[in-house]
Amino acid sequence: MDTNLPPAPLRAPPALALAITGSGGAGAMRAGEILLAAAASAGLYGRMTRAMGPQIRGGEAAALLRLAPDAIESPPDSIDLLIALDWENFARFADEIPLTQASLVLADPDQGPVPQAVTASGARIAALPAKALARAIPGGRANMVALGAASRLLGLPRELLADTIAHQLGAKGEEALAANRAALDRGAAAELPALARRLTLRPSAAPRWQLSGNQATGYGALAAGVRFVAAYPITPATEVLEYLAPALAETGGVLVQAEDELAAINMTIGASFAGTPALTATSGPGLALMVEALGLAVASETPLVVVDVMRGGPSTGIPTKSEQTDLNIALYGLHGDAPHLVLAPNGIGDCARTTAWAVGLAETLQVPALVLSDQALGQSRAVIAPPPPAPPTPGRLLAEDLAAFRRYDVTPSGISPMTLPGTEGGAYVADGLEHTPRGAPSASYTDHAAQLAKRARKLAVFDFGADWADAEGAGTIAILTWGSPTAAAREAAMRARADGLAVRVISLRLLAPAQPARLAALLTGVTRVLVVEQSDGAQFHRYLRAFYDLPPAVTVLARPGPLPIRPGEILAHLPVQE
Amino acid sequence: MNALTAQDYKSDLKPIWCPGCGDYSVVTALAKALAELGRKREDIALISGIGCSSRLPAYTAVYGFHGVHGRALAVATGVKLARPDLTVLAAGGDGDGLSIGGNHFLHACRRNVDLTYLLMDNQVYGMTKGQASPTTAPDWCESKLTPHGPEIAPVMPLPLALAAGVGFFARGFSGDPNGLARLIAAAIRHPGFAVVHILSPCITFRPEQRGWKQQVRAFEAPPEATQAAALARFAEDDGFTTGVLFAATRPAFMPARAARRTPEALAARFAVQPCSD
Ligand SMILES: Cc1ncc(C[n+]2csc(CCOP(=O)(O)OP(=O)(O)O)c2C)c(N)n1
Ligand code: SF4
Repeated sequence: MDTNLPPAPLRAPPALALAITGSGGAGAMRAGEILLAAAASAGLYGRMTRAMGPQIRGGEAAALLRLAPDAIESPPDSIDLLIALDWENFARFADEIPLTQASLVLADPDQGPVPQAVTASGARIAALPAKALARAIPGGRANMVALGAASRLLGLPRELLADTIAHQLGAKGEEALAANRAALDRGAAAELPALARRLTLRPSAAPRWQLSGNQATGYGALAAGVRFVAAYPITPATEVLEYLAPALAETGGVLVQAEDELAAINMTIGASFAGTPALTATSGPGLALMVEALGLAVASETPLVVVDVMRGGPSTGIPTKSEQTDLNIALYGLHGDAPHLVLAPNGIGDCARTTAWAVGLAETLQVPALVLSDQALGQSRAVIAPPPPAPPTPGRLLAEDLAAFRRYDVTPSGISPMTLPGTEGGAYVADGLEHTPRGAPSASYTDHAAQLAKRARKLAVFDFGADWADAEGAGTIAILTWGSPTAAAREAAMRARADGLAVRVISLRLLAPAQPARLAALLTGVTRVLVVEQSDGAQFHRYLRAFYDLPPAVTVLARPGPLPIRPGEILAHLPVQE
Repeated sequence: MNALTAQDYKSDLKPIWCPGCGDYSVVTALAKALAELGRKREDIALISGIGCSSRLPAYTAVYGFHGVHGRALAVATGVKLARPDLTVLAAGGDGDGLSIGGNHFLHACRRNVDLTYLLMDNQVYGMTKGQASPTTAPDWCESKLTPHGPEIAPVMPLPLALAAGVGFFARGFSGDPNGLARLIAAAIRHPGFAVVHILSPCITFRPEQRGWKQQVRAFEAPPEATQAAALARFAEDDGFTTGVLFAATRPAFMPARAARRTPEALAARFAVQPCSD
């Protein structure tokens, strides 16, 4: 077992965080997207998350960006630059836009007084009369003026922004482009104080991708061979389906919009039984409807992947915002003794890799795999290094000797060779009823015990390899985390190391089956652990307690969503003292 | 290879059904229909839910899937959309298909995937020992759960299916396995979602259903071909008219697909284009 952890990066990249906010139609989101794309073209990395109001369309919105010359996925501790196109409903975002005395706020004097929540932070406030400047240009828009100002403050070439706008909005015609260009110029020419910190532009020629976590999830599924998807729309998972619908049609696959989640998962079970790697994507309420069929997939040994893009729960909860609170239902929601796979991506690119791995594992082990993504990963766009391919897996074991074929044969590996419809002499009945090795229904203790043991064994003896977790760094303190807070944990550890404190970060990708021997190896020499998760009920910590041995000193940072866990918060909780 | 006989489509498992249950004849009729059509056993998938009737797949020699209660049509839809080359059937009871799975029944009718659905109706929950089902009459008082009868109007499968846009609806009686076999074969031949509503008595919890023999009567006219005509003709139907009652031509649902690109080619769309200078 590998106990040599990879060397950890020492310093967090110098990054800048900015927020663009505005009410419906102000174009804050569009401005953010253009800025991220322009920064990408300039050789930067970055991430944009969205904070939305509850309105279906046109409500207030905030684009939260972080840009850096090196890979960056963590939320910032504070915002360097806030551009408020207006102040309508700003209070709804105030929690998500932490300002300090080092922040610069650009406010439009025509939009009324700066809210108390902003002035109280001590941030410097400068006037950017975006609306008035835009009005002077026929067809001019305030968000473009704001972009011009942002490009100047960040040191991004204005030409690059103009090109990006032309690329993104080209279809709107020459006149609109000229107006946008003029608006950019006005914003860039505005007299503004400099930012407290500067972004070093170090154009990198390294290949990079720009995509959202939900797109990455869809792509990972496709790359791993998924050619059938059935699903029922739900926020924040729908973009997985929006990506996959045309992508499947182009690659010979099918996406069906089902009448509900019960149909969705049962359709995927049918497709998989028929031999096509199949997936469904949903969020908490949909997963709750799917658990009976997950048990069916376990019992009938039908491979299948369910992606759950987690949102605030329980019930309808907070549909548009992130939380890590479906871990319990994913681990324990099935009735009966029903061993299955639970995986979680820990970054936006990793959504592709982990989903692809989940498909490969599900196919190999003939078992359902749950992939727990979340809104913070799924609905954020990032500029990242292309993710490495998923670890290779052998795939479905097909029966070769049909004369001796018994679908649920009790084998040493626990994996029984299967057949696909169309195979002559291979017909069998897949069954959710307990069954004999041949597949005939059985209520006998002997058959039940043998099949339970077989289904448990196939997960217990399989070698999942080092990819079950990401681990980096050395020292006696370890941060144990999973999913989207991993980026913040990594950044916190980097900052701790820069201050001379060695910190390990261990992020679990495979949550079920648990890998106690592997975690013990990764924890060798660790005396203090900080558990980091976005769940008020500390679901991850309870899971760790149930399946793993932890060192005696354990600190828990378990907080509900939807506020992201920030690196500074993790640093503050690091158990430095014995 | 010699042509297969009906017997070749049956398995060697002994059914768990009560002696005299109508469902025995459904296996017989299904095997006969499949033999008549000459479909290869390996190219047929039979999907069911939970209930006495849903035990059907185990008693056949084709590929089968015995799923959870109420979801047979969803599983069957997945099989057919993933593998258009297969002949796909779904089977189950009135509780399975019209109560817990009622939503899937509606959407299967309107989606019109090329499936054949054997809806085995005994107007009772047999497997759970005799509760009222959605097709039970309001004054049937034999269940401890509803001693005064269900007191609500039963679901009528034919108008329900018609309203949901079904393209083919036949009604058969398990007491006439040869006639039932012909109806099943016609349903399989129909290019779209085809319902075979099978009156299949539960002699244990509804012994009075032995009398169905006297009640059924064959529909002699050609099947109605429009929804309006069928709704009008069968508005007063007592549910015992057997035969192909409705057959319309509607294109079956099958999403277009073509493997024109590889996933790797799609990945190129994520690539950031560095600025030209
Ligand atoms: C989710 C769920 N709820 C309840 C049951 C219990 N149950 C099994 S079969 C059945 C009803 C069966 O009636 P029907 O579908 O009409 O079939 P029959 O047994 O009459 O052929 C019920 C309620 C179950 N298996 N699963
Ligand atoms: S209980 Fe009724 S439906 Fe079930 S096997 Fe017996 S007779 Fe048939």
